[in-house]
Amino acid sequence: MTTHLGIMVLFALFVSVVFGVLMRDEPRDQVALGLRLFGVLVVGGVLAGWLLYPLPL
Amino acid sequence: MSSASSGRAHSPLHTYLICAAAWAVPGAGHLWLGRHQKGIVFLFALPLMFACGLWLEGRLFPFEPSQPLVALAAFADVGVGLPYVAAQAAGAGAGRVIAATFEYGNAFLIVAGLLNMLVVLDAFDTAQGRK
Repeated sequence: MTTHLGIMVLFALFVSVVFGVLMRDEPRDQVALGLRLFGVLVVGGVLAGWLLYPLPL
Repeated sequence: MSSASSGRAHSPLHTYLICAAAWAVPGAGHLWLGRHQKGIVFLFALPLMFACGLWLEGRLFPFEPSQPLVALAAFADVGVGLPYVAAQAAGAGAGRVIAATFEYGNAFLIVAGLLNMLVVLDAFDTAQGRK
């Protein structure tokens, strides 16, 4: 669980659950928004990781 | 979602009490306002996220005005309410800088507090009859 990816997925899960419930009133809408946010956060995180990969540290 | 109090504005004192409860116990404001589904989700999700931050060896930052970024992080940490007070009382949140998960833990702790601040604002809007 304490891999970079695992922690990122856990973080995305919490943020998407809270925002989904906060921003919508109907359970169906909450689930839809939460799933969309979760996907954007995880895919965006992986993409950002690969974009940063060639940069020297 | 039906609510007993939707669209009805509460008195200013009542609104501030709701906000104080929402800050102290994540989700309590929504539960008070009859938004049980939202309140229960916040009640579990935010303290759990905060606990994950502690598990990942994040640090509860002190208020140091000489270091503005640290002070801002401390302000965000406090946003989660009683879980912060309980963690401080238990001596948790010392942070272990050399831990690989230290920065992740900080992110969980800070974001849990900031999300609870948004939840408090939502409870305020709901209590004012805006939602």
